[in-house]
Amino acid sequence: MAPPLSPSPARAVGPAARAVPARAGVGLKAPHYRTILQTRPDIGFFEVHAENYMGAGGPPHRYLTEIRSRYPLSLHGVGLSIGADGPLDRTHLRRLAALNERYEPGLVSEHLAWSSHGGIFFNDLLPLPYTQRTLQRVCAHIAQVHDALGRQILLENPSTYLAFEESTYEETDFIAEVARRSGCGVLLDVNNVYVACTNQGWDPLRYLQRFPLAQVRQIHLAGHAPDQDGRGAPLLIDTHDRPVSALVWDLYAHVIATLGAVPTLIEWDQHLPEWPTLQAEARRAETVLAASPCQEAPRHAAVG
Amino acid sequence: MRPWAERQGQFAAALCNVEHPMPPGCIAPDGLPDATRFAVYRNNVISSLIECLQASYPAIERLLGATCFREVAFRFVAEAPPRSAVMLEYGAGFAEFLAQLEPLAALPYLADVARIERAWLEAYHAAEATALDPAALAAVPEHRSGDLCLTLHPSMRIVQSAFPALTIWQLNIAATAPIAVDLPTVAQDTLIARPDAEVEVRALPPGGAAFLNALGAGETLAESAALAGAAAAEFNLTDQLTALLGSGLITAGRLKRRRTRGH
Repeated sequence: MAPPLSPSPARAVGPAARAVPARAGVGLKAPHYRTILQTRPDIGFFEVHAENYMGAGGPPHRYLTEIRSRYPLSLHGVGLSIGADGPLDRTHLRRLAALNERYEPGLVSEHLAWSSHGGIFFNDLLPLPYTQRTLQRVCAHIAQVHDALGRQILLENPSTYLAFEESTYEETDFIAEVARRSGCGVLLDVNNVYVACTNQGWDPLRYLQRFPLAQVRQIHLAGHAPDQDGRGAPLLIDTHDRPVSALVWDLYAHVIATLGAVPTLIEWDQHLPEWPTLQAEARRAETVLAASPCQEAPRHAAVG
Repeated sequence: MRPWAERQGQFAAALCNVEHPMPPGCIAPDGLPDATRFAVYRNNVISSLIECLQASYPAIERLLGATCFREVAFRFVAEAPPRSAVMLEYGAGFAEFLAQLEPLAALPYLADVARIERAWLEAYHAAEATALDPAALAAVPEHRSGDLCLTLHPSMRIVQSAFPALTIWQLNIAATAPIAVDLPTVAQDTLIARPDAEVEVRALPPGGAAFLNALGAGETLAESAALAGAAAAEFNLTDQLTALLGSGLITAGRLKRRRTRGH
């Protein structure tokens, strides 16, 4: 399979650099637009959900244009349904390509999940079995996205609540093989590692040992909620509605100690806090990044 | 080995229908199926879609109360799930859905309030356009001004109601206690548009909706004014045109060629 095309040279969107630095960033949310523009906080980058900017015009685009002119951006898709068996929605792919061209993000990512079937969009990241068949489909879909965008995308490891009995790959091996075959990078969501390992009865340290860390170009951190399954086993829900948990911070420090500094995003999508709380989470990530043995290692520099 | 497409179909069917059994072969670490785990996905899907409707229709939620709104939204989600991943477009058709719900027949204005909320959202995300400089219209010779075809701002929406839908909407989006409205009296037509950064919502005078609908359909200024006059005798063309130009809702104008007889 051909390697992904290099990104086209950045056109001048504004003074902000295109490359996402190996610093902490936060998810950009509408209630924080004004605070960000008024106070210009020292944040490494912002990330947006691509689908929230797929309207024709209006305040979302106006604010994002302003903020993009001051900060690097990463574009995070939540609706492409890369893990589906059926073909990708070409209209949706065109919309994603248009956003990539318009905002020149330093990173573009999507999920190892599916969200559409039979013409219905479920607005959730749904799980897939790890088999030869799904491996082929995921790789074919990523190749299609690489062609449409003319750049490499990152694939995010999922948080899952159940497993498929027909799976023949371990999740880590599946992701490593997808990255090897498709040439995609990997977005390591450390909270998803913790949630999935708890829910699936896996050891998170072993998971990370087997994970394709050399392909990791970005990290996500988020909060989760504790629950239990029908037989009383612990079940963590990937809620993105609270601070990052202590155990996830520990795992993150372990990853950074192994990997060096990598662009790290604080995701907070529900029960959004005031801006200072979000910024404090980003600062905490930056202290971990600052303690890393090999900051800004070229191997982990942002793509683009 | 079940093909992945078929597996996805089973999973999808069980997501949409709470009475549907969970798909086979979805297991917990002990190797056994666990319905609680599948229910997390089902709840995520249903709650996220209901929350999307809550965010888009805050006045309807307030009018119905949170519990009733959830019930109605749940029924809408089951009947009309999203067809696109662009969730900011989800919820078109909610007004029409409300209008045909038998238990809500006692609230006949509800659908029109929902139309205003939908129009607000569409205006918010609509394409940008630059307002026409009024001086450009002043250059048109007076005897030809009736032949003008005007392009309206792409964000403009009109909601015509036999009820005071605008007043009801206004009273139910503010953080104030609900106030009683004298329902049977006033019909209200509402203009919703976003000529610049903010969505503007205001009442249209009698004939205003007929005038704007005609202009939007490509009729000339003279034809549109005639239709507005037929709808409401007190329609005032100058006032309406001044208001439209002043609020930046006309983006282009061109003169329609007069047809020559015999062709």
